[in-house]
Amino acid sequence: MYGNDFGDFDDPGAGPLNAADTGEVEAAAAHADRRAELDLSDFDAIIAADQRIEPRDAMPEEYRQTLIRQIAQHAHSEIIGMQPEGNWLTRAPSLRRKAILIAKVQDEAGHGLYLYSAAETLGITREELLDRLHNGKQKYSSIFNYPTLTWADIGAIGWLVDGAAIMNQVPLCRCSYGPYARAMIRTCKEESFHQRQGFEALWDLMRGTEAQQAMAQDAINRWWWPALAMFGPRDTGEHAVKGGHTAQSMAWGIKRFSNDELRQRFVDMTVPQAERLGLKLPDPELKWNEERGHYDFGEIDWDEFWRVLKGDGACNAQRMERRVTSHKQGAWVRDAAAAYAAKSEGRKAAASNEGSAA
Amino acid sequence: MTEPTQPLFEVFVRAKRGLSHVHVGSVHAPDATMAVRNARDLYTRRQEGVSIWVVEASDITASSPDEKDSFFDPAGDKVYRHPTFYTVPEDVEYL
Repeated sequence: MYGNDFGDFDDPGAGPLNAADTGEVEAAAAHADRRAELDLSDFDAIIAADQRIEPRDAMPEEYRQTLIRQIAQHAHSEIIGMQPEGNWLTRAPSLRRKAILIAKVQDEAGHGLYLYSAAETLGITREELLDRLHNGKQKYSSIFNYPTLTWADIGAIGWLVDGAAIMNQVPLCRCSYGPYARAMIRTCKEESFHQRQGFEALWDLMRGTEAQQAMAQDAINRWWWPALAMFGPRDTGEHAVKGGHTAQSMAWGIKRFSNDELRQRFVDMTVPQAERLGLKLPDPELKWNEERGHYDFGEIDWDEFWRVLKGDGACNAQRMERRVTSHKQGAWVRDAAAAYAAKSEGRKAAASNEGSAA
Repeated sequence: MTEPTQPLFEVFVRAKRGLSHVHVGSVHAPDATMAVRNARDLYTRRQEGVSIWVVEASDITASSPDEKDSFFDPAGDKVYRHPTFYTVPEDVEYL
């Protein structure tokens, strides 16, 4: 259904609206495995030939651990990401917006599950992954520790946060680890709807009353910088943060572009969209650089980034508390389902014993 | 963890009638009936399928990647199993 149900959506301009529309995802999905004909003997040869590593292949332990960490944190982000949006489910301004938001939140759960499954192929259990989220051993994206104060925040999340996520995830469709790449292909195809619905929600607000326009602008003022920070610490040039994983992840074909490169692409793609929406991006240093062929932009408040990541954001405690509580409150459902499964299994066994006795 | 762990099921979806079921991913569920329902919610939210199979992952027997050469080698030198192996006159139609 998605993609053909945008009602009165007024096409905001030419060209692909987001990074999932540029054909990169389709190209990654069409990746044909050539390992058999290339006769690749080991991990390094497979990586060098840009082929996919599959779960039962031999792989360096650090590669496995890096992937478990990255995929798990990605999965946790999807699951925690349901909360800021879920905050507006009961207060969506129309039935249409409510149905869309429910579908979107459900998609986030789905993305989390695709990713947990991919992580499990590396030899870690679902329970362990959830434990590591609940006891804080693994993190999730710092963006979800910001509150959703108004309805316009839902538009801002779709347009900016999902837009940044797509920018990050499209190259991951070509990740060297097969199950992660395949999970990303599914995710990107769905994510495209998320960004467009966010844009459309803002588009409607910007064509509304002055108060609605002000609400949209306020949301962008609050979400712009955290969205830029989503790409992670600076990892190129003189400002590169030491001890990052970028170089190794790129050598392993997990990451295809640096954080800084993806951030620049996102800015370049988003500025014209903001202009079309009539929204002002809150960065006085933002301007087109003819020489570079890119937009220059100001420095992110990295102190804030690390502070929020380490637990001191507006909503860190609330997000974790709700996550752990809802998991605990769901225990009786899992117990009941397990008991029922055991009972049915017992009946089946009894019936087949009788059958063989007769 | 004291909680019972839910077994893993591999999920196969038939995109439309006339096509084969294709592996799309996996789900956890307490039993096969619930696995089909979970798979419906996870893999066919956009009408991607008309039929779902689930099978417990532990019930699958697979060939081993370690023996890929020796295991598939016997087919390697039997080119006569392909129609292109045979030489026929060019002016013969429908062959």
